[in-house]
This record gives sequence, structure tokens and C-alpha cells, in this order.
Amino acid sequence: MSILVFVEQRDARVRSIVREVLGEASRLAAVLGGPVVGVCPAASDPGLATLGDAGAERVLLAAHEAFARYDAAGYTLAVVAAIEAVKPQVVLFGASAMGRDLAPRVAARLGVGLATDCTALAADGGRLTATRPVFAGKAIQKLAFPRVPALASLRPKVFAPAAASGRTATVEPLTVGFDPAAARAKVVRMAAAAGARVDLTEADVIVSGGRGLQDAGNFRLIEELAEALGAAVGASRAVVDAGWRPHSEQVGQTGKTVSPKLYVAVGISGAIQHLAGMSSSRCIVAINKDPEAPIFKVADYGVVGRFEEVVPALIEAVKQLNAQV
Amino acid sequence: MIQVVCVKQVADTETRVRVAADGRNLDPAGVTWILSPYDEIAVEQALLIRDKQAPGEVVVVSVGGPGVQSTLRNALAMGADRAIHLKTETIGPDPLQVARALAEELRGAGAELVWFGKQAADDDQAQVGPMVAELLGLPCVTMAAGFALDGGKATVEREIEGGREVVEVTLPAAITTEKGLNDPRYASLKGIMAAKRKPIEEKPARLGEPALEVVALELPPPRGAGKVVGQGVEAVSVLVRLLREEAKVI
Ligand SMILES: Cc1cc2nc3c(=O)[nH]c(=O)nc-3n(C[C@H](O)[C@H](O)[C@H](O)COP(=O)(O)OP(=O)(O)OC[C@H]3O[C@@H](n4cnc5c(N)ncnc54)[C@H](O)[C@@H]3O)c2cc1C
Ligand SMILES: Nc1ncnc2c1ncn2[C@@H]1O[C@H](COP(=O)(O)O)[C@@H](O)[C@H]1O
Repeated sequence: MSILVFVEQRDARVRSIVREVLGEASRLAAVLGGPVVGVCPAASDPGLATLGDAGAERVLLAAHEAFARYDAAGYTLAVVAAIEAVKPQVVLFGASAMGRDLAPRVAARLGVGLATDCTALAADGGRLTATRPVFAGKAIQKLAFPRVPALASLRPKVFAPAAASGRTATVEPLTVGFDPAAARAKVVRMAAAAGARVDLTEADVIVSGGRGLQDAGNFRLIEELAEALGAAVGASRAVVDAGWRPHSEQVGQTGKTVSPKLYVAVGISGAIQHLAGMSSSRCIVAINKDPEAPIFKVADYGVVGRFEEVVPALIEAVKQLNAQV
Repeated sequence: MIQVVCVKQVADTETRVRVAADGRNLDPAGVTWILSPYDEIAVEQALLIRDKQAPGEVVVVSVGGPGVQSTLRNALAMGADRAIHLKTETIGPDPLQVARALAEELRGAGAELVWFGKQAADDDQAQVGPMVAELLGLPCVTMAAGFALDGGKATVEREIEGGREVVEVTLPAAITTEKGLNDPRYASLKGIMAAKRKPIEEKPARLGEPALEVVALELPPPRGAGKVVGQGVEAVSVLVRLLREEAKVI
């Protein structure tokens, strides 16, 4: 038995989600049996031996110069080749832009089941079940897998990385018969520098603003609060539709699903489609002038008040706290 | 140019989810059914291309029970030319089953562009598009937030963490749509009338064996009742103390 983990790299760096997935793979391996093996398509080794510390026993490196950037067809071949070599019982991906694109292709190639964006996995009696939000978080589905291997992608920020073990992983080459000349889809460039700022789905803290901010200019306060908290900025659909903020910042059913440690909602009413994207956050703070706003039903801590007064005071208080430590 | 849009009928996003007696599916009682929001974007994009760039036919296809015909009519009312209903009695077929049925219908249909939503608003699996592409050997770009057609090629922008990836793809290709790609139109009264006369072809859906088994559908555990810590500026110091000492998040 073994568990295979897709090791995602970008710009020759292993992405942080990989450690979260390896953490869950290690916990499953304790029940289902190991080892935990990684597979990494890349142009060259992005330091895979260090993943031993995060729970991988070995990592298969599918090296090809065309793999410097994500290549859907090539990466699919690499993961399928690793599955043939390792014969895992379970294959795990991060539910990142890359993992969500890749995993269904692998599942279709092998004719097996895939559970997307899981928030828990369990191995009862040697059988894997996946727990995942459906209906944008309004319900939870539990899935079993009639076929082997079982494939799952894991929601970022939900699974804890394994405690550092100090081990190193062995890195082995994996040969993949990939011909980039035959590629019919190719990433030609990045439109904005990847990794320049934290993506919402990977942020530990998010400060989001809604229509209650009254105009785009007032988002300056949201940005200041975010900066003080080391947070990413989010938005409700109302302000994205109004053109105040880009769609990449929208949280909710038709935006991003986030699970940060702390989510601060300012001037957001808490419509069901917004809650769909953020109600799995660990701690929710709401600032809203209307005490009846539905956001207060899910907020761990609510402040009833006008953002014009509350937010500047909060920025000041957080700055003072930062100055103390 | 022939374009096919794969559309799913889902419960309205305002629906209060209730679990059916089998403990595994949505209780359909009282549910309003809609065209899945991302699929509306897919239909819109195909119509824009047909009307502005590459004249031809836009065909909508859906796998499901008898009820999905109302959703196919919605897509026809938006402006699609004809519809295919792949019929099944199976409740909630898994993504691979749906992909198999769609792939069989699409094989040899001559579509240059096959459109999907990024994910369905009920199961949120985000699988069917890339699976169909894989089964047909088509290139596929998921989560398209920008799309430009240029002869036999397209340039697609997809949102990824911290940026946008620009992908060049050769047709025929499969594309899944992200919000922001366009603003789907509302069906006009004329469109709704015209849709009544457009054909819906019925065929059996060949799903094959399931690859997933739904063990349970449950409601999420309720969050602890919210707590209002205070009003206005005075509440700020209390809030900061609670965030630091009780929640330990700052
Ligand atoms: C299919 C579909 C998909 C959707 N997807 C999404 C989605 O992904 N994300 C999303 O967010 N929405 C989504 N929506 C829209 C959603 O239903 C709401 O319309 C939207 O979330 C409202 O945004 P808001 O809370 O910013 O605005 P409003 O509902 O207008 O709320 C503004 C809030 O600000 C408060 N306020 C006003 N002035 C002040 C002040 N001075 N100080 C403090 N508070 C103040 C008000 O009390 C109010 O509660 C979707 C809708 C549909 C139909
Ligand atoms: N039953 C179905 N019939 C037709 N298309 C579907 C069906 N289910 C899913 N799709 C398409 O596949 C996309 C992704 O669905 P899913 O993988 O279920 O999240 C949807 O947005 C539709 O475009």
C-alpha cells in the first residue's frame, strides 16, 4: 500500500499547499499503511529531498524542460506514470488552480473517482471516505470510492502540515514520454507576476469590504487594516459588480472559497452567497452598522457601528499591538 | 462553426438545502431549478462568438431526468439554436459518468469549441469539463476569465494564485468558464417565445459504472451563535483583546 502526493511547484519552488497535503497523507498512511510518495513534474529538482521533513519517503522527479510551467497534458502523463510505478491506494492533490485542473484529467484517464476540494478524509476499516462541502458550503457530502486508486484534492489551509521530522526524502527520476511539439495547449506567459502577493485562498487573514463602504475610495481603509494585520483584501460581489474591486478578490459562491484563520467583514450584509465562500473561516469578525445584518449570525465577534469610525480605531489598535511585539 | 455548451440544471443558489429521506441527496421538494450560474457564462460566450465572430450553430446538451428540459429551454431562450437531452433516471450521477455520456454524444459531432462551467453550483466538483476533454483527447483550458478567438486558435486567460496564466490552445478545444468572462444576458420575451419552437432531441445517457458513491449528505454543524462585543469605537479595544487572548488569531 502507498499514498501518492502531487508535488506542485511554481517558479522552481515547491508550493506551501504541498506540505499540507503531505501532512494529511502521513496521517492516512498511519491507518492505511505507507509509504507516502511524491511526484513532481519540474524542469529541475526544486529541493525535493527536504520534503522528507514534511512526510514524504520518496519523491519521483519527472524532469523535462517543458515542465518549468504547468503543462496540463504533460503533468497528466507524469502523474499517470507515477501511479503505474507506485500503484498507490490513494492519490492526493492540493485543490489549487493547478491541482483542480490536473486531478480530473488523471481521474478520467484512469476511470476512477475523484473528490474535489475536500475538508476531511477518513480511513475507516481500510476504506477511504472524503468529506467535502457542496451547494457552496450549505451542505456536506461524504463520498466513498468503489475503485482504486481513490483520488482527492484537498482544500488549502484546512489540513495541518506534519510536524517536522528532520528526515530527508530520496529523490528518484521518473521517465515520462512527453513530446512538447505535439502540445495543443501551452502556457505562454503570466499576465501578472505569480506569487507577488498572497492569494486569497492561501491567506491566513483576510479583510473584506462590501457595499457598506459606500465608494471605492473608502477601500483605502480596508487596505490599511489589511496591511496592519498582514492580511489579503477580499470583497463582496456587490463591490466587484460595481467595479470597485477586481473579480479575483470576490469571496463567495461565484468567487473564491476561503478558510483563513481570521476573516474580517466590513460593511458586508452576509448574503447566503457570500457566506458560502467564507463560513468555514476559523474566526469571523463583522463590522456593520445594522445590528440585524445576517453576517452577525455567523460572526464570532461582531461590532455594531459605522466603518468610518470603527475601522480607523481598529487600525490604530492593531498598530499599537504590533509595536509592542 | 459548431459550438456545444454542456449545461447542468441545479437548485437555485438561494435554496435552503434539505436532505432527502435517503440521507444522500437533496430533497427536491419546493426547489426552484435554474441553469447553473457558470453555465450561463458558458452559453453567453458561445452566443457572442456565434454572433460576432464565427457564425454557425450553438448546441446545448444536458444529462439528467425529465425536469432538465426546462433548463434547456432557458438556454434556448438565451439564443442557443437547438438542444440535446441525454436522459437518465439516475439521481446525481458522478462527474465521470456525466463526462462519459457527454463524450459519447460529442464524439464525431464536429464541435470546434465545447463549453462548460468552471463548476456546477450544486456538487462543486469542477471535473466534468476536463474529464470530457480527456475522454475525447481534446486540449482543455479550465477557469477561463478571458477568451480571444483567432482563426483555429484561441488565447485564454485563467486566474491562478496571485496572477493570470495566458494559455494558447488549438481548436477543437474544451473550455470551462470563470466569472468575469462576460455578463450573461437575460432571455428576452422574444427569445422565450422562439425557444418554444426550437427542437430538443432526446437520447438515452450512457453513464457506465459509478466511480463515486455518495455515503451521506449532511447539513454543516451550526457555527456557535454569534456574539456582538459592542457598539462603535468603544468596542474596538474589547475586540482586539478577544482576538488576541480568546481566539488567539492576532
Ligand atoms: C447566483 C448568485 C451568486 C452570487 N455570488 C456572490 C458571491 O460570490 N459573493 C458575494 O459576496 N455575493 C454574491 N452574490 C450576491 C449576494 O446575494 C449579495 O447581493 C451581496 O453579497 C451583497 O453584497 P454586500 O454585502 O457588500 O452589500 P449589501 O447587501 O448591500 O450590504 C451592505 C451592508 O453594509 C452595511 N453598511 C452600510 N453602511 C455602513 C457603514 N457606514 N458602516 C458599516 N456598515 C455599513 C449595511 O448595513 C449592509 O449590511 C450572488 C448572488 C447570486 C444571485
Ligand atoms: N448533468 C450534466 N449535464 C451537462 N453538463 C454537465 C452536467 N453536469 C456537469 N456538467 C458540466 O460540467 C461543468 C462542471 O460540473 P461539475 O464537474 O459537476 O462541477 C458544469 O458547469 C457543466 O458545464
